[in-house]
This record gives sequence, structure tokens and C-alpha cells, in this order.
Amino acid sequence: MSEEETAPRLQLRPPQQPRTSGPIVPPGSIAGRALVAVISIMTFLACLAVGAVVLVSDTAREWQRDVGREVTVQVRPIDGVDLDRELARASDILRATAGIAVVRVLSRADNERLLAPWLGQGLPLDALPIPRLIVLELDQRTSADLGALRVRLTQEVRGASLDDHRQWRDRLALVSRSVVALGVVILILVMTATALSVVFATRGAMASNRDIVDVLHFVGAEDSFIAREFQHRFLVLGLEGGIYGGLAALLAFLSASGAIRFLYGQAGEQQLAMLFGSFAIGWTGLAGIVLTVCAVAAVTAVTSRWTVRRYLAA
Amino acid sequence: MIRFENVGVRYGLGPEVLNDVSFEIEASSFQYLTGPSGAGKTTLMRLMFLGLKPSRGQLTVFNQNAATLTGVPLAAARRRIGVVFQDFRLLDHMTTYENVGLPLRVLGKDEASYRADVVELLEWVGLGNRLDAYPPVLSGGEKQRAAIARAIIAKPDILLADEPTGNVDPALGNRLIRLFFELNRLGTAVVLATHDYHLIETFPARRLVIDAGEVLDYD
Ligand SMILES: Nc1ncnc2c1ncn2[C@@H]1O[C@H](COP(=O)(O)OP(=O)(O)OP(=O)(O)O)[C@@H](O)[C@H]1O
Ligand SMILES: [Mg+2]
Repeated sequence: MSEEETAPRLQLRPPQQPRTSGPIVPPGSIAGRALVAVISIMTFLACLAVGAVVLVSDTAREWQRDVGREVTVQVRPIDGVDLDRELARASDILRATAGIAVVRVLSRADNERLLAPWLGQGLPLDALPIPRLIVLELDQRTSADLGALRVRLTQEVRGASLDDHRQWRDRLALVSRSVVALGVVILILVMTATALSVVFATRGAMASNRDIVDVLHFVGAEDSFIAREFQHRFLVLGLEGGIYGGLAALLAFLSASGAIRFLYGQAGEQQLAMLFGSFAIGWTGLAGIVLTVCAVAAVTAVTSRWTVRRYLAA
Repeated sequence: MIRFENVGVRYGLGPEVLNDVSFEIEASSFQYLTGPSGAGKTTLMRLMFLGLKPSRGQLTVFNQNAATLTGVPLAAARRRIGVVFQDFRLLDHMTTYENVGLPLRVLGKDEASYRADVVELLEWVGLGNRLDAYPPVLSGGEKQRAAIARAIIAKPDILLADEPTGNVDPALGNRLIRLFFELNRLGTAVVLATHDYHLIETFPARRLVIDAGEVLDYD
């Protein structure tokens, strides 16, 4: 036998090294699996709501910006009035107005091109009383007085009207505001449901751990110590459920944008991109998901702590 | 230290299991609490370790009215009291070592600061080789010793032990009693509930005798 092998045996007894301290609240005593499942589902729903809100408000903002920068002036043909002269007068007025960056008078050929999809090609459009259009792009720095411009145009140009797409913009704003409000309501409901299930789970855990709580009290633990132990367990559960739910939401967003790309191809993607932005969740969306997961975990921990304190005080 | 004045206790709507009890436990004193089974020893203990409020009368613990003690002051008072429960009340999901270290852990102490003390005490009560065992696999006597170790690890001002020698052989029983006397010599007041009269004869000390809820004798 070599010396190395015998040496340890010659010691009297190695000092006992007890295992380090485990959790005070036994993990198995909490309906943990069920709670994690509930929290994952809630987080998933919350993330979808956040994603939808981000998507809609981003898209709406882009739309509003594009739509808001364009103003159209329409000059209708009137019997006995020279349309081209009226058109020229209108464009003179517009060019003289401050705050307008570009004035583009659409030619008859432009008109034909625009109407071709509806009326077919080669129609004798000259015979039809088609209004002529002037497209304006507003200067982004100075704002034009559209009200005064409208009055002046209708007074000085026969058959002219000005459309700043305000109705569209207002409706768009209303829709996007409603969607955001709906999203916030859903978020509040989901958070409330999460908090309530945590309250029930905590009460259950407290009841089934009554003996442990008693012993902790008798060895001099303060309520805050006991609450902290429970809060810690529930924070872990909340984080676990939150991460599952957040990952599921991330997958859902990724597969949705993947599916759109697959179904519509590049061209379709461009159309959809116009409609819904890129539909990729982007950094804002990712931050939203992370924030939601953290919020769910925090709600879980705080709620369980509050429940324990109330339970102990009763 | 702990003063009873005309204290009465009833459980729910039942009869009074203690009536008009008056006495005082002095600091650094040693007394046996004896009386037949069902006399109310455990009930008296529960009053003293603040696990039960008197139905009537005045109970004063460390100069504070026990009836109105709650929250942080209650926890502070309990830290000065070590208890050996008749049914041990060890936590089954913790090892012997963790159970004994619990009173120090709830004080917020770092484990490294008390590990050696806990191990030493467990060695002393003969559980040095059972540190990592869980209470369900301990024998009755081993549980008893773990419960005693937990009660004294935080050096309480008063030790309340309910039948602490009920489950051990006479030799170990005597050793544990000597441990209690040693603690008392170092300044800890000790109240030891027992109906083992042989023990009382072997280690004579003051006796608080109760029967049917009344104090018969406190010599
Ligand atoms: N939780 C309770 N609810 C109702 N009655 C109780 C309760 N605990 C004890 N009692 C009653 O109070 C009386 C005193 O009980 P206690 O446990 O104090 O006796 P003891 O002196 O400790 O007895 P032993 O020597 O057998 O341990 C008994 O009649 C018992 O039935
Ligand atoms: Mg008893």
C-alpha cells in the first residue's frame, strides 16, 4: 500500500461538513407546476397584447405621418369654364402659398394611368368630365394655413376643393387609440388574474405549511422574514412561468412574420409591410416582452409577500 | 422574568384547564414543573413561550404584557425563550443540522458564522454522525436531542423543556439533565416539565406542582 492511500485513513475522523442550508419553504409544498403553467399562459397573453399595441401604434403613426404630409386639390370641370385655366390659376395660388414644398399638377396622361385599373385602357377620357388633381407636399418645418388656403381656392378658382385627408387621419387616430386602450385593458385584466391566482396559491401554501410557519415563529422569526422566504419561492416560480410565456410569445411573433413571408412572398411582404410595418417585433417588441416578463415576476413576488403578511397578521 | 397573576385558560368553550394560577419564574432559576398527566403542564408551557394567550388574568413576560404582544416585539421576546416541545416539532424537510441552525438563521446570521457552533453542539448531544439525517429517519431519542439542541443553540434567557427525557435511556437522560443544570449555572433560567419523580429525586431542585389546573405547591 502506498503512503498516499493510507494517509487519509490515519486521521481520526474528518470534520463533518454538513450540507449547506436548503430552502425554508419546501419547494414541493407549493402547487408550483400549476402556478407556473398559469403564469406562463398569462405572460403569453400579456405579451400578445403588448405586441399588438406596439404594432398598431407604430403602424398608425407611420400612416398618419405619410397621410398628413399630403394634400390634394381637386378641380372639377364645369360647363363653360376653361378647366386648364382654372388649373393654372390654382397652381399659381398654391405656389405662392408659404409652407408648401412641392406642387405637382397631374396631367391628363397621369389621370388616365390612375384610372386605367378601373376603367380599362384606351378610353376617350377627354369626353368624360374627369376632375383634375394637384398633389401638394407640405413643408415639414413651416406649417401651411390650410383653412385660409381652402377659402381662397374655393373663392378664386371655380370648381376647386381641397382635401387634406383629415377625416382619414382622425379615423386612423381613433382606431389606433382604441386598440391601444383595449390592449391596456387586457394587460390590466391579465395582471389581475395573475395576482389572484398567486393569492390563492400563496394561501394554499401557507395553509399546508402551517406547522413550518408556527415553528419559525417559535424560534423567533419575524413576519417579514417568513414573508421574504415565501416571496423568494414565488419570485422564482413567477420568473420561470414568465420566461416560458415570453419565449412562447416570441416564437408566436417570429412564426407569424415567417408565415406571412412564406405565404405572400416578397411582393406580398412589401404590401403587408406597408399595412403592418415590417411585422417583425424589432427591439421595441423584444423590450416589451422582457418588460412584461419582469412585470409578471414582480407582480407574483409582491402579491405573495402581501398575501403572507395579511395571512400572518390575521 | 415570567409572572402569572390569576391566569385562567380555556380552550374554546371548554372548561378552564388552568384557573387562577399565580407564580413567578425568576431569572437564572431552575424548577421542575410536575403534576399528573392532563394537569395542564403543556398548557402552562404554551403560555410561557407565547404560543397561547391567557383567557383571563395577567401574564407578564420580560416585563411586557403577553396579551398585547405582537409583531416585532413578540418575535424579539421569543428569541429569548428556548423551547423543547413535547412533540419536538422538527421540520421534516430540513436536516438535523439545518433544524438546529434555524434559530440563528432566522436572526439573519450568515451560515458560516454559526456552522461550527451547531456542529459542536450536535456532537455534544451525540448527533455528530446524524447531521445530514432528516427527522423522519431519526429515532425518538435522536429527535429529542435535536429538539434540545435547537432550543439552546441561540443561548436563550429561559429554557422551557416539556418532557425532555421522555424518550431516552436513563444514562442519556441523566446526561441531558446535567446539560440543563450546566446551562442554568451559566445564567439561563430553566423550567423542566416532567412526571419522572425518580429524576427529581436524583437531581433535586425547586418544584412547581400543578394538578387539575391549579398550583398545588411551589416550594
Ligand atoms: N388544544 C386543546 N384543545 C382542547 N383541550 C386541550 C387542548 N390541549 C390540551 N387540552 C386539555 O387541557 C388539559 C391539560 O392538557 P395539557 O396538555 O396541558 O396536560 P399535560 O399536563 O401537559 O399532560 P401530559 O403530562 O400528558 O403531557 C387536558 O385536559 C387536555 O385535554
Ligand atoms: Mg404535556
